[in-house]
Amino acid sequence: MKALLLRDIRLAIRAGGGFGLGLAFFLIVVVLVPFGVGPQSELLSRIAAGTLWIGALLACLLSLDRIFALDWEDGSLDLLATAPLPMEAIAAIKALAHWLTTGLPLVLAAPILAVLLNLPAAGYGPLILSLLLGTPALSMIGTFGAALTVGLKRGGLLLSLLVLPLYVPTLIFGAEAARRGVDGFDTTTPMLMLAGITCGTIALLPFAAAAVLRVNLR
Amino acid sequence: MASLWEYANPKKFIDTTSRFIPWLFGSALICLVTGLVWGFFFTPDDFRQGSTVKIIYLHVPSALMAINAWLMMLVASLIWIVRRHHVSALAARAAAPVGVVMTLIALATGAIWGQPMWGTWWAWDPRLTSFLILFLFYLGYIALWEAIENDDTAADLTSILCLVGSVFALLSRYAVNFWNQGLHQGASLSLDKEENVHDVFYHPLLICIAGFVLLFIALVFLRTQTEIRARRMRALMARERLTA
Repeated sequence: MKALLLRDIRLAIRAGGGFGLGLAFFLIVVVLVPFGVGPQSELLSRIAAGTLWIGALLACLLSLDRIFALDWEDGSLDLLATAPLPMEAIAAIKALAHWLTTGLPLVLAAPILAVLLNLPAAGYGPLILSLLLGTPALSMIGTFGAALTVGLKRGGLLLSLLVLPLYVPTLIFGAEAARRGVDGFDTTTPMLMLAGITCGTIALLPFAAAAVLRVNLR
Repeated sequence: MASLWEYANPKKFIDTTSRFIPWLFGSALICLVTGLVWGFFFTPDDFRQGSTVKIIYLHVPSALMAINAWLMMLVASLIWIVRRHHVSALAARAAAPVGVVMTLIALATGAIWGQPMWGTWWAWDPRLTSFLILFLFYLGYIALWEAIENDDTAADLTSILCLVGSVFALLSRYAVNFWNQGLHQGASLSLDKEENVHDVFYHPLLICIAGFVLLFIALVFLRTQTEIRARRMRALMARERLTA
């Protein structure tokens, strides 16, 4: 399990793995928003939390098809399927590797980009905490989506169509927690709901992803 | 002994449903004409909403069927996963476009009613939003069916998507409640309430709902038959190509 995790992380970080792409995309989305809505700082600070959440979500989405596509093409996914590791574990580890190489950097970059959007000081803590709690769910749901579309030639667009509706609850609670933090309200309820969604997806979706992978490898 | 699973045989399914389909379409037509004419022309205007209240005869049944169509797909997907009856998978596939249309009717009639009553075509109200999300789920489901060439793979993947999607659709339904307070009135009909919509509107509404249910069943039967025949034809053509 550890070997697979390390291999995935190493593949993602090294040249051609597209490690920085998600971060760069996140940066560009955040830079584009002020061009779209205007540079007034109080307007920006009002939409900062939501913009950062949507940017992180889209950056996450962009990197999803890499989770299985390369392994599928060169046949290493078939090898993994015959390995003694259960398929569920493979799915979970793939999601973990995706989170470590995409989700975590996004969380770390978010406070820096928040400066650009003039996020009020009170919002930093809740924003980072909500992203930290929410991005694992994004990776896990995305892994399921990637497993669904792995066998398709041009699955990228379909992947977004399938995964984005599944992201709705996570986005709602995550952005709500960040927004409440900005406004100085209590963030306990949305944070707990967000943590609940993350735990639920980690507990259940590896099974769905594994079932889907088995069908695709048949 | 006669069992429900006999109808998993495509031939038996087609034979039986073919006998029912004219009756289903006929009674759906009768119900809809009766309900709508009664509702539109022989019920009084609401004292606050005026004649706009009458859109309820389209809005409520279509919204109900939009959700029930997804439930039917869920059950059919489960049957496919557990017992692997092809008719079941095809029925789920056949129901999806009908469900999309029902969702669209509900959204459109709601917007048409909302414009004069709420003063806006669209509001980010929990019910409206969750219906929009349901619409997206339908789109994803149909797109996945269309994208995969192998029939069995497509049936497997879409049925799992349907299961996972149901959980997330339900989750979204309650998440949006948390996210925004609603403009939409409470349930028009429910089993455990003493008073529903006023009786004058209630009876034609029930007939309209019956009409929509019958229409849905008839359409799903017909579309499932079409899917079965299309698959049969593909198999025949493949065989011909092999022998030629």
